[in-house]
Amino acid sequence: MSSSPATTAPAPESVDQRIAAVADVARRLLPEEGVITDRARLRTYECDGLAHYRVTPALVVVPETAEQLAEVVRACADHAVPYVARGSGTGLSGGALPHAEGVLVVTSRMREIREVRREDQRAVVEPGVINLDVTRAATPHGYYYAPDPSSQQICSIGGNVAENSGGAHCLKYGFTANHVLGADFVAPDGEHVPLGGMAPDAPGYDLLGAVIGSEGTLGIVTTVTVRLTRLPEEVRTLLVGFASTDQAGAATSAIIAAGIVPAAIEMMDALAIEAAEAAVRCNYPDGAGAVLVIELDGSVHDVEAEFSDVERLCREHGSFEQRLATDPADRALIWKGRKSAFAAVGRISPDYIVQDGVIPRTALPEVLSRIAALSEESGVRVANVFHAGDGNLHPLVLFDDAVEGAGDAAEKVSGAILDLCIEHGGSITGEHGVGMDKAKYMPRMYSDDDLDTMQLVRCAFDPHHLSNPGKLFPTPRLCGEVPGRKKAPHPLQAAGLAEVF
Amino acid sequence: MAASTTTDLDGAREALTSVCGRVGELEEASDGVDGVRPGLVAGPNDVDQVAAVMRVCSERGLSVVPRGRGTKLTWGTPPASADVLLDLSALDRVLDHQAGDLILATQAGVRLADVQSVAAEGGQRLTLDETVPGGSVGGMLATNASGPRRQAVGTARDLLIGITVVRHDGVVAKAGGRVVKNVAGYDLGKLLVGSFGTLGVIVDATFRLHPVPAATRWVSAAFDGPARAHELVQAAVHSQVVPAAVELEQDEQGGRVHVLLEGRPDGVAGRTEALRALLGPDATDAEEPPAGGAAYPWDLAATGDERDTALKTTFALSGLPDVLGALGDLDGLRLRGSAGVGVLYAALPHRTAPADVAATVERLRGVCGRHGGSVVVVDAPAAVKDAVDPWGPVPALALMRRVKEQFDPDHRLSPGRFVGGI
Ligand SMILES: Cc1cc2nc3c(=O)[nH]c(=O)nc-3n(C[C@H](O)[C@H](O)[C@H](O)COP(=O)(O)OP(=O)(O)OC[C@H]3O[C@@H](n4cnc5c(N)ncnc54)[C@H](O)[C@@H]3O)c2cc1C
Repeated sequence: MSSSPATTAPAPESVDQRIAAVADVARRLLPEEGVITDRARLRTYECDGLAHYRVTPALVVVPETAEQLAEVVRACADHAVPYVARGSGTGLSGGALPHAEGVLVVTSRMREIREVRREDQRAVVEPGVINLDVTRAATPHGYYYAPDPSSQQICSIGGNVAENSGGAHCLKYGFTANHVLGADFVAPDGEHVPLGGMAPDAPGYDLLGAVIGSEGTLGIVTTVTVRLTRLPEEVRTLLVGFASTDQAGAATSAIIAAGIVPAAIEMMDALAIEAAEAAVRCNYPDGAGAVLVIELDGSVHDVEAEFSDVERLCREHGSFEQRLATDPADRALIWKGRKSAFAAVGRISPDYIVQDGVIPRTALPEVLSRIAALSEESGVRVANVFHAGDGNLHPLVLFDDAVEGAGDAAEKVSGAILDLCIEHGGSITGEHGVGMDKAKYMPRMYSDDDLDTMQLVRCAFDPHHLSNPGKLFPTPRLCGEVPGRKKAPHPLQAAGLAEVF
Repeated sequence: MAASTTTDLDGAREALTSVCGRVGELEEASDGVDGVRPGLVAGPNDVDQVAAVMRVCSERGLSVVPRGRGTKLTWGTPPASADVLLDLSALDRVLDHQAGDLILATQAGVRLADVQSVAAEGGQRLTLDETVPGGSVGGMLATNASGPRRQAVGTARDLLIGITVVRHDGVVAKAGGRVVKNVAGYDLGKLLVGSFGTLGVIVDATFRLHPVPAATRWVSAAFDGPARAHELVQAAVHSQVVPAAVELEQDEQGGRVHVLLEGRPDGVAGRTEALRALLGPDATDAEEPPAGGAAYPWDLAATGDERDTALKTTFALSGLPDVLGALGDLDGLRLRGSAGVGVLYAALPHRTAPADVAATVERLRGVCGRHGGSVVVVDAPAAVKDAVDPWGPVPALALMRRVKEQFDPDHRLSPGRFVGGI
């Protein structure tokens, strides 16, 4: 298809020349403030939400339209310049970490909600649109956008697509992948194509499905078509105090076993509660070893019946306090403690690592006791916050960087928690992504063959590794090496065949 | 590309027999893959054997068409070549059902109905309808078949959480896993769903399950034309009764919209009342599903030239009246589909002249295209498939070809069955 830009470019250019060439194109397309080359201003983009990785990009471009964005990408392809997309920079795995010899393409000026189509239950938005703004625009029509990451007031839809972001309510409603039906997409050769669309089941490969969650390594989404979800008739939020996480976990299992699919079940342990109290005075039950935030939504009839079951099941599993909120203000108060949990930990520890791993929910008691043991052995404190309904753990590993060796000790505990997740058949990330941070853990979860096969997709989209290189995979695949019969036989293949004949 | 001479096949037979449980000829009665007769049928007993078969085929340059239970083998375009029909029916074990975690892992040759029986033991189900009786999990995934219950929970792509595939070169690779929430790595499952055997051989799959609802109720209302049909569907989808399905059917007898409510008995009872009020005084409700159930509107038993032309039309919801209008005047037309998500299936009688079918499809493509959708000829007599591109125009075809090129560089996996001749 597209020939290698490295070979079509006339003479080998230096990095500076290549960046300058892209900057020239960008200046032609964009107003002055949209092309940033000043060192001090470049530095403001040096990290995303995972602040301990920092790289200053060579150039920052802030396009205002999809066409401009595509042209910039085309210029990058022409000059073999790597680029990284950035939405709001709230990612927690270093996904939007810039490339030192590359361009950072920022979508913060592409924030228009183009259409809210109630009749079609769709909205069409630009990639820089803030997640919560979609819901705000849809609510007057009786609709909302279901995926609700805790960062929803600041994170962008483009970032959500790249990370396949979830939220507290994805237990019932699914993730970004289940709510994005179409996107205009700029491939790494600058080709601008629609993937999916207004209607479901577009014929052909589900390329959109592959792009969602690919962390910007396959290309950049511009316009995004999302599904809007009807607001439920009734919502009830219940805050339940338990003496221990074991009890709270058992109650969660009992609720699921009863055939109830709550909109959300979130758990916080004593340390996480302490932090939240200190930060936002959420007034959670006194002396609780764990709290559950359980939300039920749906039609009035169902929610009422489910609610009485949930209340009973929590009681049977040792809850000592239950508080029900039905009006939006009270519900917001309950959620405040949970949604501020990450930041709140700053109140009780100078530094902390936000971990993100997944286990089968039934392994919760076992894994939590192992985490407690890890904490005890190492003396590193761990506060636990999680989406209990789907087994997505967010252990917050606390440390003080001023103390020598504390960072390393915390890092070790944090890594051991991921090992626990893998050991229990889980995942190294449920929503924050692999990015820069966890690429080294990928081989613990997947075999070489698995990773090689995934990278076939990368080679199809981005054979020259220009789009967000260095993320996601520990070692890039050389895309030229297509193992095919007519080319050099794969050693494994040769071995297999030797056995056959 | 394909090596189909007799001597080649004899050599291949020998090589395959040494690595694979069953190797033989196609059953006499079978019409192969939509009329293309495979040279050999290989029936591996496990994933290792699938891999070994794929290595042999790779070495010998043989084309391979996977088959689950053979219920949808005529869908799509007939393959350009089918040296080896890879029969996966012996991969028939449900591997694991973790009721507490609401997940189930199964081999690809298992019938969907058998998956449901296993899930049901734990009071659960895989919320995917059986649209063609007897079909396998692998076939359902490869064709992206879906039925009424997609309204609330989506389709296979939304419920699949892990997958294992055997590549063209025999390498076994998995993606995803056994937990519902997982964003580590590319979601290969999404690419494989609906890929019609052109990217790899699906050998096992892991799904998220849902609890079986205690109560179900169908609320139905008749319509006399596109405008009323649209009103009914819009009333259902904008309601707060959480429909599990919003179906539409139309034939010589007229048209009806059927809305499924599922859940707790008390909840379903209350919602049934609310929905009946929304759908008007003539609405009725029943425990039993409508007669057509999840089945397609075409005659599944028909083969060869007796097949109806089976169409799948998709559109944004606001396009329903236009699409119904365009379909409505066709002779002998039968319609059924998930109107609540913008999918309608249509059957044109097998007697319809190919040129007329082609003209109709062309016209429908215009209408559906204006509403953000498409028209695919799911199945049809050979003459019809010759007269019209079953897949129609597809954007991003160049990228799709590049994906194919990576996964199947020699174009040996179900060659020609998919969009743009892939
Ligand atoms: C306090 C806090 C709470 C959080 N809670 C949650 C949570 O509950 N659930 C959750 O899932 N995440 C959560 N996150 C993580 C983060 O908010 C999400 O990953 C979010 O989707 C990132 O969006 P962003 O716009 O900030 O993306 P960025 O950080 O700017 O980028 C993230 C990735 O997306 C790529 N990218 C950005 N825009 C595009 C585009 N248009 N096309 C292609 N690729 C693109 C980037 O290259 C990068 O790889 C939280 C983060 C914070 C700080």
